Amino acid sequence: MDAKKDIIIKDHLIHAIVDPEYVDPEYKDADPNIHIIDAAGKILVPGLIDIHVHLREPGQEYKETIETGLAAAARGGFTTVCCMPNTNPVNDNSQVTRFIIQRGREVGLSRVYPVGAITRGLKGETLAEIHDMKQAGIVAVTDDGKPVLNSNLMRRALEYCRGLNIPVFVHAEDTCLADSGSMNEGSFSTFWGIKGIPNAAESVMVVRDIALSELTDAPVHFCHISTKESIEAIRQAKKRGAKITCETAPHYFTLTDEDVKEYDTNFKMNPPLRSKEDRQAVIEGLSDGTIDLIASDHAPHSVVEKDVEFDRAAFGIVGLETSLSLALKLVHDGNLTLPELIHKMAKQPAKILGINNDIKEGSRADLTLIDPDHEYVIDPSTFRSKSRNTPFAGMKVKGDAFLTMGGGKVVYQRDGQSGGHGDHP
Amino acid sequence: MRFEKKDILDIESLEPWEISMILDTAQGMKEISERPVKKVPTLRGKTIVLFFQEPSTRTKLSFDTAAKRLSADTHSISAGTSSIVKGETLIDTAKNLEAMKPDVIVLRHPSSGAPHLIAKRVKASVINAGDGIHAHPSQALLDMMSVREKKGKIAGLKISIIGDISHSRVARSDITGFSKMGATVSICAPRTMIPKGIEKLGCTVSPNMEACIEGSDVVMMLRIQKERQGSILFPTEREYSTLFGLNRDRLKLAQKDVLVMHPGPMNRGVEISSDVADSDCSIILEQVTNGVALRMALFYLVAGGSRHADSH
Repeated sequence: MDAKKDIIIKDHLIHAIVDPEYVDPEYKDADPNIHIIDAAGKILVPGLIDIHVHLREPGQEYKETIETGLAAAARGGFTTVCCMPNTNPVNDNSQVTRFIIQRGREVGLSRVYPVGAITRGLKGETLAEIHDMKQAGIVAVTDDGKPVLNSNLMRRALEYCRGLNIPVFVHAEDTCLADSGSMNEGSFSTFWGIKGIPNAAESVMVVRDIALSELTDAPVHFCHISTKESIEAIRQAKKRGAKITCETAPHYFTLTDEDVKEYDTNFKMNPPLRSKEDRQAVIEGLSDGTIDLIASDHAPHSVVEKDVEFDRAAFGIVGLETSLSLALKLVHDGNLTLPELIHKMAKQPAKILGINNDIKEGSRADLTLIDPDHEYVIDPSTFRSKSRNTPFAGMKVKGDAFLTMGGGKVVYQRDGQSGGHGDHP
Repeated sequence: MRFEKKDILDIESLEPWEISMILDTAQGMKEISERPVKKVPTLRGKTIVLFFQEPSTRTKLSFDTAAKRLSADTHSISAGTSSIVKGETLIDTAKNLEAMKPDVIVLRHPSSGAPHLIAKRVKASVINAGDGIHAHPSQALLDMMSVREKKGKIAGLKISIIGDISHSRVARSDITGFSKMGATVSICAPRTMIPKGIEKLGCTVSPNMEACIEGSDVVMMLRIQKERQGSILFPTEREYSTLFGLNRDRLKLAQKDVLVMHPGPMNRGVEISSDVADSDCSIILEQVTNGVALRMALFYLVAGGSRHADSH
């Protein structure tokens, strides 16, 4: 909808959507329990959803907790996130699932939907109790961080999950081909003397899992797609009508392996930053709809894992608090329209998770107010995440979340007066 | 011009004039090792730490000898004896070393970029004695010194480098250095050992060994690591030797006054035949001799030369 409206929110729900003149300005004074948010110049969109984040709790609370992760999500404009199962213990059983959901409720910021493991302990050997986890509240399964290397096990996992009607998120990586590499294989990895990860490490698994999806008639969602070959394979599969969806992360349409600063581990993530051609292919894939959605792959790490030798550093960067600003550049550059972007950051994720975040009367009031014109410089010291591992420090960006509302409650509001990312009012 | 570099991390970061200055200084240092008393007081009172996180005989002894001939005090830490085995991070170890006020830290490390990581954190000069598969600047500089000494120049020469380019920090530094100084570099190896985009460092990839060697002024053989035999990179030393071994017949394709080089340690009968290794065109042992002079020059330039002119 492209119109100027007032929205009345009552008891966590969208009560009414009305024309601006409908609400009497004096109305506010009449009842002190009514709180009015001035959204002039801002754009109201359905609450953004990031379906790929690592919250690290339980087990690695020194990197991130559910509380700090959800605070980061709220600040980034996300009313809902899906957290990956590679915690310690792994979320491969209903107890861990329940713990995450319980903690998320206690925190009361953005909503968290856990994603369970496909295989027990993420070991790629035997199936986890997926039905039991689904009963407890998982919305999908993945072995994210690791591939399911055994093709037959992957086939059975897809069949099993199809029967349970639960989506499978695929971390596409042939770890034999990746061969313990640390950055994209190419002239830059040769220059720095860093072992490379070829594009094919991703695309051979994408091609394999498209084949397995077609074999089993089960849907497959590919995480963090980074190469032109993968995108082309997905494009062709979609043309054939295969049940394939995929996501990419902001760093893959923003940076390339050329940008990797001298052994700066904040540029190390998996899959790695690829070539210029791959970055271009990611942007084209977003534009033509091959890439369904944007997710941050928020992967907090402490200095213990990052302030070390490049090949020994952990993979991953934080993304919740930079994702929207980086994605808005696609709009400013004319690669996507704003509605298309919102589709990829709010509607498509909701569709995959089978949840509803429409702005309509009676819906839960999960809403994001975007300030498209707000220019600022990314400053990791202001992050609400516990970790600071970002390659975007010092980057000038335009546009961010002005306000995030989860279930009718303001979970984040930028200090508009200071123009910066001030503290929560 | 004054040599202002604090650290010697790789060849990329050195300007051609800096390379020339290092080679000139090293040439001057060479004579010290010929004296009956092989010691000068230049770096008296300076402390040099040899921090070797990877096994090394030749390079470590060469740096140690170089430091002692300049009267510096040297201390040695190796992989097995450092606190790294107790779980200390490289940066913490480096900061602890720094607290003892060394003037130079010589670092060898299995991770590419490790010297760059600590150079930013310590006041001491850092000299890279080999990092992962990235760089081995002192080796490339001594190679350039040895070639220049014999040929009187580097520019215009044809240099061939044959061997495991993918896993060789020596190859990367030599390709960069020789091409920076105006030589033409061609490389040859099994295709499994040629990394993507190596041409961008300043070389061409030859289709076979004969084409690579033809007309060369310098043939540099790299050590083929025995542990790679039977891996997925090549089947046997025998087959490797057949395709990429340097022998008399192949050497005939090069210039008559060709120089044969090898950074050591050699596998005789694999990448190089014994008769070639011991022939008159081989300057393999002179490389080792020059290594000491070259490392003396590096110490002098970063710790005792114009950078610290006021202390003399």
